[in-house]
Amino acid sequence: MHQGFFLLFATVSVVTALTLVLARNPVHSALALMACFLQISAIFVMLGAPLLAVIQIFVYVGAIMVLFLFVIMMVDVREAVLQRFMPGGNLPALALLLLLGTEMVVLVLWSDRFIESPPVAERGGDAIRDLSKTLFSDYLLPFEIASVILLAALVGAIVLARKEPG
Amino acid sequence: MVPLSWSILLGVALFVIGAGGVLLRRNILIVLMSLELLLNSVNINFIAFGQYYDDFRGQIFAIFVIAITAAEVAVALGILVALVRNKSTLKVDDVTIMKG
Repeated sequence: MHQGFFLLFATVSVVTALTLVLARNPVHSALALMACFLQISAIFVMLGAPLLAVIQIFVYVGAIMVLFLFVIMMVDVREAVLQRFMPGGNLPALALLLLLGTEMVVLVLWSDRFIESPPVAERGGDAIRDLSKTLFSDYLLPFEIASVILLAALVGAIVLARKEPG
Repeated sequence: MVPLSWSILLGVALFVIGAGGVLLRRNILIVLMSLELLLNSVNINFIAFGQYYDDFRGQIFAIFVIAITAAEVAVALGILVALVRNKSTLKVDDVTIMKG
């Protein structure tokens, strides 16, 4: 049951990721990526991280993809759909990708550490409480630095996208 | 329960697809979206290993990855809007101002 749902979500996410890479229209790519993110958040739930699943939906599907769609509607995408892939020179990149993928798959399947299921550790309903305690005590400084980075990115994006005065 | 190798294989598949999008596509918007896919496949690995070792740090690092990704997307789309305004192109191989 669990494994069947995992396989379902994984298959749909891979198919939508392929749609993202292969689609001609950037709007179709953005919608496929949205569907892919929804599947990934379902997989997060199955991996025991419901908080991350909710954050994924809020941040990625709610904020980032809407930002992408806004930019796609702002810029004119019609001239860019004529040629999908980079002209020429694709072969080294493809060979590198195939090498990388087969290497990772072979390494994962080779070792016997990854075969067994994770130990079932039910920690009750306080997982999110413990997670936030760890986040706000041990990782407080990285958290604050991340918020400063977000603020800097906000100001930077406004300055970059502003019209030049005069 | 789901074996750990399944999650890692899913991460590998999404990573390779996203890297293909980054390396092969010509549209800057699609390259940026494939970058999001790459970061998400890394997050799957973080969370899978965090569950496997019963450790919170996987989820915490995934939260940081998501936050930094939001910042990166905001800056990248700002640069993209400025680029389209100045050069009026969306092709990766047309942007060679820095002689890259």
